[in-house]
Amino acid sequence: MSAELLEGSEAIARAMVSAGCRFFAGYPMTPFTEVLEGMAKLLPDAGGDCVNAESELEAIGMAWGAAAAGARAATGSVGQGLSLMQESIAELCLARVPMVVLNMARGQGDYYQATRGGGHGDYRTIVLAPVDLTEAVRLVQLAFHLADKFRNPVMFMGDYYLAHVFEAVDTGAVDFGTLPRKDWALDGSSSGTGNARIVSSIMPTKRNAPVYVDYGTYLETSGEQVAAIERQMEPMYEQGGCEDADCVIVAYGTPARIVRYVVGQLRREGLRVGFFRPVTLWPFPSAQLVAVTRAARGIGVYELNAGQMIDDVRLAVRDRNATSIGGVSFDSSGFGIAPELTARKVAARIRAFMAEICPGDPA
Amino acid sequence: MSGTVSRGTLVIDIDRCKGCELCIDACRPNVLSMTTDKRNALGYLYPVLEPGCVACHACALICPDFVFQVWRYAQPVAAGSQGEAI
Amino acid sequence: MKCFIPTDAPPVEPATLVDDFAPPLILPGAHKLCAGCGEPAAMRAVVEMIAEMGFTNRTVGVFGIGCYTAFSPGLDVEVMQALHGRAPSLATGLKRIHPNSIVFTMQGDGDMVNEGLQEVIHTAARGENVTCIMLNNGVFGETGGHMTATTVLGQRTKNSLEGRDAKKHGFPIKMAEMLAPLDGVAYVARGATNNARNVFRTRRMLRSALAAQDQKRGFSFVEILTMCPTGWFIETGEAPGYLQDKMAAFHKMGVIKDAAVASG
Repeated sequence: MSAELLEGSEAIARAMVSAGCRFFAGYPMTPFTEVLEGMAKLLPDAGGDCVNAESELEAIGMAWGAAAAGARAATGSVGQGLSLMQESIAELCLARVPMVVLNMARGQGDYYQATRGGGHGDYRTIVLAPVDLTEAVRLVQLAFHLADKFRNPVMFMGDYYLAHVFEAVDTGAVDFGTLPRKDWALDGSSSGTGNARIVSSIMPTKRNAPVYVDYGTYLETSGEQVAAIERQMEPMYEQGGCEDADCVIVAYGTPARIVRYVVGQLRREGLRVGFFRPVTLWPFPSAQLVAVTRAARGIGVYELNAGQMIDDVRLAVRDRNATSIGGVSFDSSGFGIAPELTARKVAARIRAFMAEICPGDPA
Repeated sequence: MSGTVSRGTLVIDIDRCKGCELCIDACRPNVLSMTTDKRNALGYLYPVLEPGCVACHACALICPDFVFQVWRYAQPVAAGSQGEAI
Repeated sequence: MKCFIPTDAPPVEPATLVDDFAPPLILPGAHKLCAGCGEPAAMRAVVEMIAEMGFTNRTVGVFGIGCYTAFSPGLDVEVMQALHGRAPSLATGLKRIHPNSIVFTMQGDGDMVNEGLQEVIHTAARGENVTCIMLNNGVFGETGGHMTATTVLGQRTKNSLEGRDAKKHGFPIKMAEMLAPLDGVAYVARGATNNARNVFRTRRMLRSALAAQDQKRGFSFVEILTMCPTGWFIETGEAPGYLQDKMAAFHKMGVIKDAAVASG
């Protein structure tokens, strides 16, 4: 496939279908709605099914059933709708059911929800945060691959801009390597054989299994599931200009696109500033962040919220100082078009931060 | 009793019985009764069988603890040839 | 003088086995449910009908959360465990991917009518080709006997100790009657496992419901009134009568809908 000028939501939908997604369920909510529309249009011709679920709770339930049946299944919403799905996400991790969950977020206030999870128990979902549509159409496909590989839900962190920006992108299938067959999936064929399959977050084995695992015993393995992903998965990130930076600006998602651009501009003026962009919000690229900020005098965190990712930055850099240089910014619709998110305003914030950290240096 | 004919019989796993007595009412020919003084390993009274079973398997279908195995005789069996008088 | 038949070994006279202790689809091992619980008989009826109709090797059960969840690992049937109330939507997703499978949900009244009312109504309205089974004992059994949306007026539960009073606790819901009018619904029936006659009737209802699914006629629903002497705070021997007199007087047994083809 070659590049085509597409609106973000449609491009993401096409990329999901290219990745083999054959079931999607969702509930309309701005700015997620067009992704649901896109899947409704594309899936039937691709031999799949898209259901307009009657609630977010039912949407993730249907995707759960489809995924347990062995299909690549996804759902999504906006942070507010994902709040309804938290119990299911927590249990999907325990049930070891792969699923891709899209957050077409309003702003960046859902960082905690995505990385800590608003559900119960010891679980984590991998969180992928694209910076632009070119990265998004690749990461959403990677999400399916990682979900299948780890048998864990994977969250895709988009936003309003991503949903509605037009970019020339190639939404063809990306090959991330082969994965084992889903011999755990359900279709009824093992019923009555003495080895019936079970997909359960509570009692994961049948009573006649060689080793029967009860609920309490199973819960004790929750931490191990998380640790296994951390061991096997290299966090993803992007950085620029950090080799000689006095200040490193940390940002993710669409705002990071502006930060990256502004840092480039400021560097051309002679300012020693760099940027660091986590691509996996979980597992967070902590070691990599520490490495690139070793020589920096200041770490500024630009995020459009009251300070969420800054917690992970501080956890990573420990006794170093991290400063918030972002903030909550919404237009009157509340959908996340941030008046603050312009190159000029971002540059002003970065300059002000650098003036604070390195007084006397040219700003 | 000696004239009673049984068309079927039961094997009862008495140690799984929890004494709920649902089988007593379910039994169509009324040939099940609970012991009055003998208790099983769980401490419950349990059902015992008199001649006259018709293998309707109602006991098996209603028992919550799956204690009944139901057999249908090839030929009806007269009471005298089955068990002891107690 | 009473004459007792030894029942500790199979007969020596020629005989055929009518029923083994449990059907092959129920795995050996005690389920630990209460004495006199009506759920095991219902579970047995479900799996025996599936086996009798030859559906075993394409059947998947979707379990809700309640005492009956003990059978989720206890059946030699593929099972997907759902959260409280969510089984119908999981069943929907699975059936969409495997339209020729036989999918049933196993839920209690607390699970389906309290937590999951929206899910079952939408699944039924859409006419999803699945069979939802509700074990209705009018209480949340697993948590110790609390009121649900199907608890009948006058019924004592831990949060209606003087008996359910419409003024204080509102009115109960008849789940089967709520689903029957929906266009996507092909078959609705209500049975019970409190006596042998009702067990046999319920088995026939389950056959009809599963046949409706196999024939792709739409959504099918079987509500099974089950005894919970523990949750009802009565002797096990009183439970069959209590079910008949209190529960079944309101939640009436019978076939409520049997549409030749789901309308629409």
